[in-house]
Amino acid sequence: MIERFAADAGWAWRYGLALVAVLGLGVAVVLAASIGEMRIPFTVSLKAILNGLGLTDYPLDRIQQGIVWEYRVSRALVAACCGAGLSVCGAILQALLRNALAEPYVLGISAGASTGAVLVMLLGVGGGVIGVSLGAFLGAALAFSLVLLLAASGRAGVTRVILAGVAGAQLFNALTAYIVSTSANAEQARSVMFWLLGSLGGVRWPDVWLAGLVVGVALVACLLFARALDAFAFGEDLAATLGISVAGVRLVLFAITALVTATLVSIVGAVGFVGLVIPHAARFLVGPGHSRLLPASALIGANFMVLADIVSRIIVPQQVLPIGVVTALVGAPAFALILYRSRLSP
Amino acid sequence: MSLEAHGLDWRAGGRLILDQVSLQVPPGELMGLLGPNGSGKSTLLRLFAGLARPARGEVLLDGAPLARRSRRDIARRIALVEQHATTDTDISVLESVRLGRTPHRSAISGWSANDQRAVDSALDQVGLADKCARRWHTLSGGERQRVQIARALAQQPSELLLDEPTNHLDIQHQLELLELVRRLPLTCVMAIHDLNLAAMFCDTLAVLDGGRLVAFGAPEEVLTPALIERVYGVRALVSRSTPHRRPHVQYLPLTPSSLDQEPPCEPST
Repeated sequence: MIERFAADAGWAWRYGLALVAVLGLGVAVVLAASIGEMRIPFTVSLKAILNGLGLTDYPLDRIQQGIVWEYRVSRALVAACCGAGLSVCGAILQALLRNALAEPYVLGISAGASTGAVLVMLLGVGGGVIGVSLGAFLGAALAFSLVLLLAASGRAGVTRVILAGVAGAQLFNALTAYIVSTSANAEQARSVMFWLLGSLGGVRWPDVWLAGLVVGVALVACLLFARALDAFAFGEDLAATLGISVAGVRLVLFAITALVTATLVSIVGAVGFVGLVIPHAARFLVGPGHSRLLPASALIGANFMVLADIVSRIIVPQQVLPIGVVTALVGAPAFALILYRSRLSP
Repeated sequence: MSLEAHGLDWRAGGRLILDQVSLQVPPGELMGLLGPNGSGKSTLLRLFAGLARPARGEVLLDGAPLARRSRRDIARRIALVEQHATTDTDISVLESVRLGRTPHRSAISGWSANDQRAVDSALDQVGLADKCARRWHTLSGGERQRVQIARALAQQPSELLLDEPTNHLDIQHQLELLELVRRLPLTCVMAIHDLNLAAMFCDTLAVLDGGRLVAFGAPEEVLTPALIERVYGVRALVSRSTPHRRPHVQYLPLTPSSLDQEPPCEPST
């Protein structure tokens, strides 16, 4: 039985597995740095990364060094941050909304962030004061508030918030499409549409710092709420009788979720289903306790996204698929499976 | 001293759900909260648990307003067992009971020996010590209620509130659960529908009708044919039961002759 193995096994096994996941992430990053239009040997990539970190000074081809460090490593690290961030967001939303299908993409938060980002990018809303990330955050917060408002008008249970999310996502996607088709020229429209599906193409080092900072701080902050999240297992009222300030915890964690989603959308675009699938996989391994679930989700999500990015670059020769397409190909069937299983156990 | 209600009003959708309810919960006893559906039993329990603020009046705990205490502070004193706790988390019995330690732990404090003792003792009291590893969704209704009671006991409260804990249980599990609650050395307030079970197990009864407190006292004082007719609209005989000398309610049919006739057609199986 691997189910909950990592939860029931002793601490040595737990930390061992965590170490394996971290090492796996390192290997995946080096792999991601080697694979691409120009194949670069694994050892060369490793040397280039060590050079880039300033640890060594191997004599390498300048172009290879540049491709590995400036393009591929930054891209892989953003992918890792994106996977970690979205997975943690998914785990938190699933706990707070008590809904196995909750995640930023399904709830329309990503769609709202896209609309906000596109408004700033194409229409120049905010007059240059509001950056793309802030625009995305405002869009995400607006979409999230709308969905919660729709879902809260009645206590009709868990399907309601998903329906509200679907409605919100449709609305904001339509708005985005409207803005793009009315205000962008053909070239802009093509690049925005590609970005909307999730693209790591234009990612550079400054994006790594931004994504790393936001996701790292968010993860630490969320870990402080791990016990509060556990207390939501039997609903908000019970969480309140366990001493949790439900409204406060919800507000803080929803804001963090919107912030992380918006930051990632403004860098990578709307990547779906990672936040849905990864927390379930992590829960399967470590159980429902959030002090383990959140770091496990982050680690598995990071690994998954780096690998998904590699797949997106090699699955069609001479072409790079949007990463959102790859995650959706994995995620949509998983979504169906979770929906089916939650139908069996009401 | 324990919980006190002082002139509690509560409104929902413009309707008065609780109307000037004042009562003193007897410390260390089991108080039954009776009344028809919609009479305000659950609402009163929610106000006692601090889950909602009364529109008027106040709840006192040890003579001091509950509203002035922090959520965590309340959680260390008062535990609530809901009518029908559900989760879709794949949580185990032990994990559920450990949740009861939440108000006693900070965000970063580890699991202490004290926490472990509270959880062990709670599991012992409800007789689930050997079922720690079982998953919530594999438990029967009675076991789930016992897990929730164990979770509440792990909070080490001085007052325990229970909202119709015997609902949906078969009679053996109802008796088991009520005996368990009665044994607890805590101040307990329990909403309950069954008048006979209430008479059997509760030390005091409070009866709500349309949001008003209409009777309060020992079961033999409260459960009279007149009260039952007034509150429930049902005629009843009340006698002393032979085995335990507690009031025993026998209901009379609503239409006098309905039991003399053939029973109404039921689909034969």
